[in-house]
Amino acid sequence: MRNFVSERAKEIPPSGIRKFFDLVLTMEDVISLGVGEPDFNTPWNICESSIYSIEQGTTSYTSNKGLQSLRDALSVYLARQYNLQYSGDHEIIITSGVSEGLDIAIRSIVDPGDEVLIAQPSYVSYAPCVTLAGGKPVPVLCTEKDHFKLNPDRLAEKITGKSKALIINFPNNPTGGVMSMTDLKAIADLVIDHDLLLISDEVYSELTYETRHCAAATVSDLWQRTITLNGFSKAYAMTGWRIGYLCAPKDLCDAALKIHQYVMLCAPVMGQVGALEALRSAEEDKNSMVNEYRLRRNMFVAGLNRIGLECHVPEGAFYAFPSVKKTGLSDVEFAEQLLKDQRVAVVPGSVFGLGGEDHLRCAYAVSRKELNTALSRIEAFISSL
Amino acid sequence: MDEKDLEILRILEENCRHTTNEIATMTNLGTGEVAERIQALEEGQIIKRYSTVINWERAGNGEVSAIIELKVSPERDFGYDRIAERLSRFRQVKTLRLITGTYDLQLIVTGKNMQEVSRFVSEHVAPMDRIRETATHIIMKSYKENGNTLFEQPETERLPYSP
Repeated sequence: MRNFVSERAKEIPPSGIRKFFDLVLTMEDVISLGVGEPDFNTPWNICESSIYSIEQGTTSYTSNKGLQSLRDALSVYLARQYNLQYSGDHEIIITSGVSEGLDIAIRSIVDPGDEVLIAQPSYVSYAPCVTLAGGKPVPVLCTEKDHFKLNPDRLAEKITGKSKALIINFPNNPTGGVMSMTDLKAIADLVIDHDLLLISDEVYSELTYETRHCAAATVSDLWQRTITLNGFSKAYAMTGWRIGYLCAPKDLCDAALKIHQYVMLCAPVMGQVGALEALRSAEEDKNSMVNEYRLRRNMFVAGLNRIGLECHVPEGAFYAFPSVKKTGLSDVEFAEQLLKDQRVAVVPGSVFGLGGEDHLRCAYAVSRKELNTALSRIEAFISSL
Repeated sequence: MDEKDLEILRILEENCRHTTNEIATMTNLGTGEVAERIQALEEGQIIKRYSTVINWERAGNGEVSAIIELKVSPERDFGYDRIAERLSRFRQVKTLRLITGTYDLQLIVTGKNMQEVSRFVSEHVAPMDRIRETATHIIMKSYKENGNTLFEQPETERLPYSP
């Protein structure tokens, strides 16, 4: 029999956390700082409105773009919150999570051979999605020294005649780095000079702790060459609902919509109804969750530094990204031994590409009590080295 | 009162056993400053006391609580205040509020058993001057108290790792 697996599928590396997954399933009493999702339940008003809509028989397809009411509400929300101007009629598509938004964004702009620059460390799906679209992912390093921001000089070094687009994600998973208006302006000049398209994944935009989020499309003349991706998972604790959205100028949006209608048809309607309710009534819930993340971040990052794992203060998202260099262990060794010895699950930074090595991603979206226990266990592990 | 005071209050409301040190780390303040702020909040009677949310039903002490609603004729110059203050002195009265609607005052009363609660209402509350009518509702089961749900909620399953 032939090997039916395509060359492209073979080209994608297997998940770097698979072996940890298998290991953790054999263990008990594990504190997991390995999950990229809020530990809160979805606010009940959101659940309730979705349940009610199911009872009312709202269970059919929606338009490909998503419910008009949700797109209109998003248009208002984005303008109010970030000064982002997108029309609910032509410039917003509701997607099945940001994951789908990212995939259709990339597929709608990448031709075989195109190079796509990716600010790294980054979420794990960017490079594989580029590969699947026939493009070539080109990582650009964001360093701890630069507070994990994208440095324009490093970006300039990687731009070639084949460069087509740049993918950024601020606030960043896994580093917690953010980019201010000034930081983004420096990048915008390069993007415009080299006629690149910008894909900006802003799914953590609501989770900033020092300054308000600056949306990339509001900077300089980036709007017309930016695809903004965002979603409900992180801000409203709605990961399992799978609702994201893609915003872009009409021509780009139309291209993405063609792919979306064939691969997804539409995002699940119950999720869309819940998302609409989130925009209408979950502001307070969101604020109190963000407040709690801030307290945990302060507590956890101070704790990491105290026990000897150097950690910059992440200004956004809910990840701490400490360095393990001083311990003499690699990030993978540290994460594996920590799990085996002290039952704390963290993700080795190298999973997130360039610049991730020698770091750990610790999600502090767990209770304060668990964070304190995790800190004690990590401390015990370090002193046993 | 400023934003930092509010933050300290929210932390303490959620868990009053956090140490000054822990609160200092969480709020990015010095330990001394946190201690001073808490002392000021205590002295200003903004922090009334540090108490514990207890699920008495589960503790099984058999106490009974009731919501008592009262129609009251207000007094010239004092309105409802004097009678409310008198009522609130009873140990059995755990909560007392002035409310809108058919009734004027609402009490939450606790006793060892139903007899004790009804005796308290008929002997001490109902005969008071100016109280025109009472309505007693025995609490059968409590599902949520002060923002805390008291029933078992299944643990949601989370993946141990996700990117």
